[in-house]
Parts: sequence; structure tokens; C-alpha cells
Amino acid sequence: MTEYNSILKADALTIAYAGAPAVRAVTLPIYEKKITAIIGPSGCGKSTLLRSFNRMNDFVADVSHEGQIRYRDQDLYAPEVDPVEVRLRIGMVFQKANPFPKSIFRNVAWGPEINGMDGDINLRVETALRQAALWDEVSSRLDDSALNLSGGQQQRLCIARALAMEPEVILMDEPCSALDPVSTAHIEDLLFELKEKFTIVIVTHNMQQAARVSDFTAFMEMGHLVEYGETDQVFTRPTETRTEEYVTGRFG
Amino acid sequence: MNKVNPLIVSDQLARRQWLSRLFKHFCTGVTFLAVAILGVLIFQVSVAGFGWLDWQFLTSFPSRFPERAGIYSALVGTLWLVTLTASLAIPIGVLAAIYLEEYAPKNRFTAFIEVNIANLAGVPSIVYGILGLAVFVRFMGLERSVLAGAMTMSLLVMPVIIIAAKEAIRAVPSSLRQAAFAVGATRWQVVRHHVLPSAIPGILTGVILALSRAIGETAPLIMIGALTYVAFVPEGPLDEFTALPIQIFNWTARPQETFHELAAGGIIVLLAILLLMNATAVYIRYRGSKR
Repeated sequence: MTEYNSILKADALTIAYAGAPAVRAVTLPIYEKKITAIIGPSGCGKSTLLRSFNRMNDFVADVSHEGQIRYRDQDLYAPEVDPVEVRLRIGMVFQKANPFPKSIFRNVAWGPEINGMDGDINLRVETALRQAALWDEVSSRLDDSALNLSGGQQQRLCIARALAMEPEVILMDEPCSALDPVSTAHIEDLLFELKEKFTIVIVTHNMQQAARVSDFTAFMEMGHLVEYGETDQVFTRPTETRTEEYVTGRFG
Repeated sequence: MNKVNPLIVSDQLARRQWLSRLFKHFCTGVTFLAVAILGVLIFQVSVAGFGWLDWQFLTSFPSRFPERAGIYSALVGTLWLVTLTASLAIPIGVLAAIYLEEYAPKNRFTAFIEVNIANLAGVPSIVYGILGLAVFVRFMGLERSVLAGAMTMSLLVMPVIIIAAKEAIRAVPSSLRQAAFAVGATRWQVVRHHVLPSAIPGILTGVILALSRAIGETAPLIMIGALTYVAFVPEGPLDEFTALPIQIFNWTARPQETFHELAAGGIIVLLAILLLMNATAVYIRYRGSKR
């Protein structure tokens, strides 16, 4: 695995809510332009770990960190780091599609605008919508409310919104859990195209999804990272028995 | 074992359904009772006062002679009072709500503040009148000015605005805030572009409730010494004033029946202003929901 470039790295990372650890001493590299899946049963800390990568945990009261997360060579939680800057580089797509109650165009354009990104905003919106495989469906009605889109379209709009910021990493927190199989397939196809340009970390409940889309898989249980490796190896030749039991569906 | 046919209503279910219907009729009855009482009040006031409503009534100063008396000074005074109260209480109240919901840490101190804001909403208005008299009228030397009245009214209605605005801001889903933060927004940008636009209808409801209260309150104005007979209109915030409820109170306190009718006319004008404010709020909410 050493031939890959790690862009993000959790290093002995422990995250606790009000003193109760949710992530325990996790060390995990995220490789550039690869898809890393984080799997595990509910409450295993996978979402907490994901949200620490772009400092979305900052909004949770009484959260504490030990250890480090390095983005390239910068400690993300160093006092001089502005979390807003972190989120510009590391975007996020949430479990439930959460478009702004505004037009399709405004949804994508808002992020670049408030951050004063230059260039043609129309072009930027179009590029992001094309990358999210949504352009053909919405190009004739960019001024319609985003809330009129279907669930799958809304989630792809949220992906376009993240892409418009030209981030390096996109974090996805169970992006398909509220979608039907067709929309899910749509988004999985999209992930393959996106990894040409972006690094993707995806938390998922769905093991088939992790096996289908990811290059690397991390299996977590009760806050611990049980196993991490190339997806093929984790699913076919896991080194830990707990991993094997989980990926073969014996629990979870 | 007897077979139970699931489609035959059992006695027990029939009783539950009867209770359910009874409750519906009870609620309907109570609602109509409330509306009916209001209807009777409005009807009585209208019968008594409608004959007096004309341009002369709106544009004349009060007078000893009922046929020459009008509400001009009270109407202008009320408009001054509401405008000043709104421009003081709305910004302070909404900003306080934003602070408490979006910025303040959740600790014992802020919990203490929130409980006390709720308590302030229940303090009798006469107490605010006494406070206004001591602080604004005497200590700050504002005399019996419309500004002193508006500041007193602002204190009175601010808790209502803060509580309503807080509820409205809290009702904005946190997924919306997270979406905005995730594209690199600052707290101010999140509040300005997403939280406030979503919360405006709720905030507005609270503001209208609060200002409606300010329009109708009499006790604190009497306490700070608003005049009862005014033959001029305020030209600035430091001028003396009177207001509609005071004029109405003054007329109803007189023995002559004709003045009671004038009071009814004043009440109609007061209700009309309230209706107009509510209609504005409904319109703004309607426009907000369409977007």
C-alpha cells in the first residue's frame, strides 16, 4: 500500500462526547484519488470519525479530541487552523439530502459565491452539475426550487454543491441510505467517475456497496478500527475473525 | 374458543369511538363559543360606535363637545408609539434571540437568562410602567415623551419577541446549517442566508403579537404620565403624547352616553389597525412560503 499517496491521516485519534469515547485510538490513512469505505454496525463511531475529517464535530457540544488528523502535513486541529478553510478543501455530502430551500442554481452557486471564488459562476454551476450527472435532467429548469427534485436528484444536487467548491476530498455519510436502488446505482456509478479527480471517503451501512465501489475498506466496531486494507482483501481474506463475521453477515 | 369476526365492532371499540366523537364535538363547541363571544363584543362596539366613524372623527382633536371630538392626537400618538417601539424592540429582541440560539454556549448562565426572559414575559405591565417612570421619565429625564413611552413598551414586549424569535430560529433544521457550513460558510453567512430567511415567518408572528400588545396596553402609559387631553400631535420623539387606549379609557370614564359611543368608535379604529398589522404579517408569511 505504500505506493499510494495519503492525503488525510488519522493518527491515534480518540474522539469523546462528554468524556465517553466514540472513536478510540484510530490510525487510518486516506489515499489520494481512491474511494475509502468505512463500514461497521450502528454506533461504531464511523460517522464521528468521518465528521472529524472536516471538523463538523466542532458544532457538537462537549466533544474532545486526542491524537491528530493530518491533512497533507497540516494538523487539522491545530489552533491556527480555521475550520472554514478546512471545509473548503474537504467537502461533505450528508445522509439525508439537504438542499437549501432555494433554486437549483442557487444551491450550487451559493458556496462559491460566499467564498469569493472567481471565474464564470454559470460555467462553474454547469460543470458541477455535469460532474454530478444531474445536468441533463435540470439544465432547462435551473431556477426551479431544489425541493421539487426527487430524492435521488436532491442527493446528486448536494454532491454537485460539494463539487462546485473544487474540494480535494469529499466525505459522504451514508449518502444512499434514503434512496431507492435505481438512485443508489446512479450515485455509485457517479463515484467511479469522481475518483478520477477527487478523494472520496464514504461511510456506509451497506456492505455490498462498500465492496462494489471502494478501493480501501475500514471496518470499525465500538470505536475501534478492527481492520483496514484493500477492499478485496478485507472482503475475501480478512485477517480478523470479527471482520469476517461482519462482512459475511453473521452479525451487525 | 369463539371465532371473532374482526369487522364487527365490539362494544369496547364502540365506546372508544363514542368518546372520540364526543371530544371532537367538545372542541368544536368551545371554539365556536370563543368566536361567538368575540363576535358579540365586536357587534356591540360596532352598533355603538359606527355612526361616529367619519373623516372628522379621525382628524379632530378631542373636545368637550362630542360632535366636535376626534381621535387625531391619539391616533398619531399611537402610530408614533408603535413605530418607535418596533424600531427599538424588534432589532434588540431578534438579535438577542440569534445570540441565544446560534452563539451562546449552553451552560447554566445562559439557561438562567432564558428562564428569566420567560419570567419577564409574565410580569404585569404596570410594573414596567413603574420602571419606565423611574428610569426613563425621571432618571434619564425624558419627561412624559413618546420616546419614554416607547422605551417602556419595548421592555414590555421584548420578552415576547425574544421567545418567539428563539422558537422560530430553533425550528430551522440543523441539516440546513450543516449543509451551509459544509461549503465553507461562516456562522454569520449561515445565519444571514439560511437561518433568518427560514425563521422570518415565525419571528414575524411573534413581532405582530408583541406590537399588538403594545398598541392595546394602557396601564404603563398612564403610569409614565401620558396625557389624557392633548390638542396637538407629537412632532418628535421627545414631545408629549397620548394614545388610543388612553383616549378610549378617558371617554369611557365620562358619565355622558355620547362619549361612550365615541369610545366605541375609537375601539373600532384600534381594531382596524390591529387587523391591518395582522394582514401584513399574513401577506409576508404567504410570500415567504411561496419562495
